[in-house]
Parts: sequence; structure tokens; C-alpha cells
Amino acid sequence: MTTETKSDSDGYSDGGGIRGAGARGMGRAALRGLGLALVLLPGAVLCFTLSLVSIVLIPIGVGILTTGWVLTGVRVFADWRRVLAAEWCGVLIPSAYRPVPENANPWTRTFGMLRDPATWRDLRWLPVDMTAGFVTALLPAALLIYPLEGFALAAGLWRVFPDGYWYGFVPVTGQATAFAAGALGLGLLFLAHFFTLRLLPVHFRLTRWMLASNQRELAERVKVLTDTRRDAVDTSAAELRRIERDLHDGAQARLVAMGMDLGTIEMLLDKDPEQAKRLLSQARQSSADALTELRELVRGIHPPVLAERGLGDAVRALALRMPVPTETNVDLPGRAEAPVEAAAYFAVSEVLTNAVKHADADRIWIDLHHVDEGAEGAGGIGMLRISVTDNGKGGAAIGAGSGLAGVERRLGTFDGVLAVSSPAGGPTMVTLEIPCALS
Amino acid sequence: MRVVLAEDLFLLRDGLVRLLEAYDFEIAAAVETGPELARALAELEPDVAVVDVRLPPTHTDEGLQCALDARRDRPGLPVLVLSQHVEQLYARELLADGTGGIGYLLKDRVFDAEQFVDAVRRVAAGGTAMDPQVIQQLLSRRAADDRPLGRLTPREVEVLELMAQGRTNAAIAEKLVVTERAIAKHTSNIFAKLGLEVSDDDNRRVLAVLAYLDQDR
Repeated sequence: MTTETKSDSDGYSDGGGIRGAGARGMGRAALRGLGLALVLLPGAVLCFTLSLVSIVLIPIGVGILTTGWVLTGVRVFADWRRVLAAEWCGVLIPSAYRPVPENANPWTRTFGMLRDPATWRDLRWLPVDMTAGFVTALLPAALLIYPLEGFALAAGLWRVFPDGYWYGFVPVTGQATAFAAGALGLGLLFLAHFFTLRLLPVHFRLTRWMLASNQRELAERVKVLTDTRRDAVDTSAAELRRIERDLHDGAQARLVAMGMDLGTIEMLLDKDPEQAKRLLSQARQSSADALTELRELVRGIHPPVLAERGLGDAVRALALRMPVPTETNVDLPGRAEAPVEAAAYFAVSEVLTNAVKHADADRIWIDLHHVDEGAEGAGGIGMLRISVTDNGKGGAAIGAGSGLAGVERRLGTFDGVLAVSSPAGGPTMVTLEIPCALS
Repeated sequence: MRVVLAEDLFLLRDGLVRLLEAYDFEIAAAVETGPELARALAELEPDVAVVDVRLPPTHTDEGLQCALDARRDRPGLPVLVLSQHVEQLYARELLADGTGGIGYLLKDRVFDAEQFVDAVRRVAAGGTAMDPQVIQQLLSRRAADDRPLGRLTPREVEVLELMAQGRTNAAIAEKLVVTERAIAKHTSNIFAKLGLEVSDDDNRRVLAVLAYLDQDR
């Protein structure tokens, strides 16, 4: 224990550690490894046992009180190792614990920590640490100390063991074999010269591998999010431009014309009632047209049935408007968030339009359901799954420029995916999946 | 004739009250939320209800649901549903019980006061008033995949549209500026081509037409 404290403070005082090459560096690495090994074994065993016992005791209530504290202890233990890894070997292990509120009650504290994947990484790491971690930490010291035993045997220690003694693979029975043991010790020391300095970093890399979340996965995820965000921003900007143009050229213009007509009518009312009457009916027509255009515009932004009834009925209403007989099968126990519903609705709408325009189908089936959490690949919150099948001539593809590529991009914002199965000759089946929870 | 009116936009509610009063309707209540409507329908026993689909507090289809609930409690209670948009889905729900006294119109239809009031009276009398948009959607879809409709002459399609909206032969004759006898001839041709039973009851006639147009859906 004392050795450990010493080497620990060493690490803090002259940080450089491994860079101090040669015998001194090897000695320090061996000392540090030995100290680390001696502390980590009881530490890891204690942490692991306490965690297990505490978690097992949750059902009877005791665990709810203790687990938070035990897991905090585990984090301190793991964080101490992170510090050592950085100080001694320059191995950076990111700490990614979710924050626990300062004055949280034991219940939220315990379950908040249990929900954190980092907690489970800690608990997975502990058994590895007390076995493979212990060995890799101990090896640098062993590689230095074991040769000393060989030299001691060669120097005469062999006489203490009259019945023979195994040193490595050498059976020591006399001076000759004792020299052989000494030679082996020399060989080991030679090896130690190469490996001692590398073994401690191996230990910390093992620790990092167990403790750190998968960095490459994260980087990939960041890239996907950046791409889909750019797409979403582009799409919504284009959408706003379209709405502005439609309002400007359509309803707005008609209302202006209507105002002008009304002004003229005011003038004509006494002079030429016939003409005024004609203009009046024209003004009424203008207002009706403006309403129709506004209605279409609203349908394009947020379809009324979707707002009133949610995705299921909105898709049913959509199916009723299709010129091709369309069957809908909806199984949604609740409503998804509004943006998800809108994305799913417009995706279905686009797929249906494609089917009607290009597939030459005389029947379409829409199936809409939600897969619960815990089911395959649902990521814990569930998955909205929609399939649109037609009996047309097939040959649909997701390629640049096709309508389906646009759908795919839109779904990307919600981590949704689009799959198309459409052999030439048909039938075509388009499947959409969006991870989401229902409320 | 006593009317319960539900519309959340003040301007429209006010306009409707004035319009209906100008045509000698008695406004029993003019309310703006779903719960108020439900209470008014239960307590005031109006001759007809004019209801907006979207009402507070949910601003979803609360008005429509209130109307459907009220008709469940009091079958045949005449309800005219107004909406900023018309959907076949809602039209089907309203017509589902087959008791008549149902109207479903775009709010724009109040532009033509005469026709709107005519629709209210028709619904109050147990007839139907379906918006031309709903009927046209049905007709165009049916025409795409169904032969009997293709066999109708353009004039017969026109008559069928008006018939499905809930108009009587007299009203259709007036609208198309022909004699009632001519319309009677057209309707019997239509019924023959579509294979529908001829019926004296105007309401049943509409339901028969709609059922035919809507079948297999």
C-alpha cells in the first residue's frame, strides 16, 4: 500500500513518467505497476462485490439507499484510474457520466445512475480489471523481479533447495543448472528491457477499451447528424420560400383584386347598377378562389386531418382521395410527436403519388403500425413502421433525383430509413421506419 | 326554428347569427367551445345544430365528436357540420348511422346565403346536405375505376352530383333550369344504370347514392 502511495505521488510530481527511459524509467514503471496491481485487486473486488450486492438488494429497498453511494464510489475508483492513465502513460479515457443532481433523493439517484450506460461500462470493466488488468499491471514488476531470483539462485541460493527447484522451465538441482537459471534470468531481463515500459500502457489501453464509449461510433453519429441537419435546414428554407411565393402570387393577389373591385363597385353603385352587380359576383368569386388556394396551402403545410386526428386517420383520409383503390390497415395505440407525424404523413403521401403516377397499379395497400420498445432494433423508444405496397409494374428505385430520395432525406432528420423492394414487373413495396415513442 | 350554433371565431359566429336571424331562425344558443356545445345540445333540444368541426379547448375535431355523441343520445338530431375543409372520412362518419338529418359543408358555402339557409332547412327537415366537393371527389374516383358511372351521360352525372348533395328533384330542376319531369326521367335512368332502388324518400335516396359511390372502400 505504501509503495502505491509513493508511486502515485511520483506520478503527480514529475508527470513525464514513461519518457524517463533507461533503468530508472523501467524501475519506476515496475514500481508503479506493482503498486497499482496491489491496490486495484482489492479495490476492484470490493467495488464489484458491493455493487452487485447493492443492486441485488434494490427489490427489498435497502439497495435503493445504498446503490447510489456504491456506484459513486465505483466512479471515484474509475476516475482515479483515468487520472493515472493520463498522468503515467498519456492515455486519455473520456469520462462520460450523466450528471446526477446534487440533492436528488436516493430513488432518482439510484435509478438515474442505473440508466446511465457509463455505469454498466464501469461494472463490466471491474471483473476485467481484477483479472486481465491485474496481470498487465503486475507484469512490469514481475519481469524485473523474477530475473533477480535467477541471479540469486546462480549465486548460491540453489543450495537452500536440496530437493530441486523449478525456475521458469529450468529444474535447478546443482550449480550448473543454477547457472542456466541465471542465464534465463538474464534473458528475461533483456526482454524486460523491451517490454517493461510498454506493459503499463497496455494496461491502460485495456482500461480505456473497457471504460470509454465507442468513439468511432460517436464520430459516425455526429457526421450523420450534421448531414441530416443540413438537409433539414435546406428543406425548410425551400419550403418557406415556396409558401411565401404561393401566398404572394395567389391569395394575396386575389385579395388585392377583390379590394379594387369593391372600390369600383362603390363608384358604380348609382351610375351603373348592372355593371356593379357583375363586379360583385366577380369579387365573390375572387374571395372563394383565395380561400381555395389558402386551403391547398394549409394542406401542404400541415394537413387539417393530421392536426385534428393524427397520423392514422390522416393516412386513411389520404387513401380515400387516391384515384386507385387503397386499403389502409392502421394499428397505432397513440400519437407520435407532431414533427414525426408530419414527416411520416408527407412521406406516405409522396410514395402514394409515385405509385399512382408511375406504377400503373390498380390496388394499393398501406400498413401502419408501431413496434414497441424492447423489440428488435427499436433503440428503446419503439419504431413507427409503414409499408406501402402496390401491384403495379415495379422498377422503382431510390436514386438521385427520384422522389423517393427526397423522402429518404426528410426521414433522415428523424433517423428514419426507407427501403424499397421493386423488381421489374412488380409488385413494389416501400417500407418506412422512424424511431419514435407514442404518447 | 331553434338553432344551436357552435363556432369559435367571433367574426364568423356573429355573422352566422345575423344571417340566420335575418332568415327568421331563432338562435337558442351561440357557443364557442366543445363542452358548451355538448351542454347546449343536451339541455336546449334545438331543431337543428350548426357546428364547426374544430373547437376549443382541444382545437382538434371536438365539434364533430360532440355532434356524433349528441346524435348517439338523440338519434336523428339534425346537425349541419361546417368546416374550413371537407374530408370524405368525416362525411362517412356523419352518414354512418343512416338516420339522415345530416349536413357537411365547407364554410365558404355561407357566401351564398340562400343556398346555405336552404341546406340548414333541409337538414332540419331530416334530409342531407353534402358539400359538392365531397361528392365530386367520390364521383371522380369512382369514374376512374368503375364502368356504370362511365355509362352516365354528362347531364346525368350533373344530376347525380346534385342528388347526392341531398337536393330534391324540384330543387335540381330549378338549379339546372329544366322541368321537374325531365329530372325525374334523368333520375330513373341513373337509378337503372347504377342498379339502385327507386325511392320516394329523398333522404334514403341520397344515402343509397352515397353507399353506391362509396362501396368497397
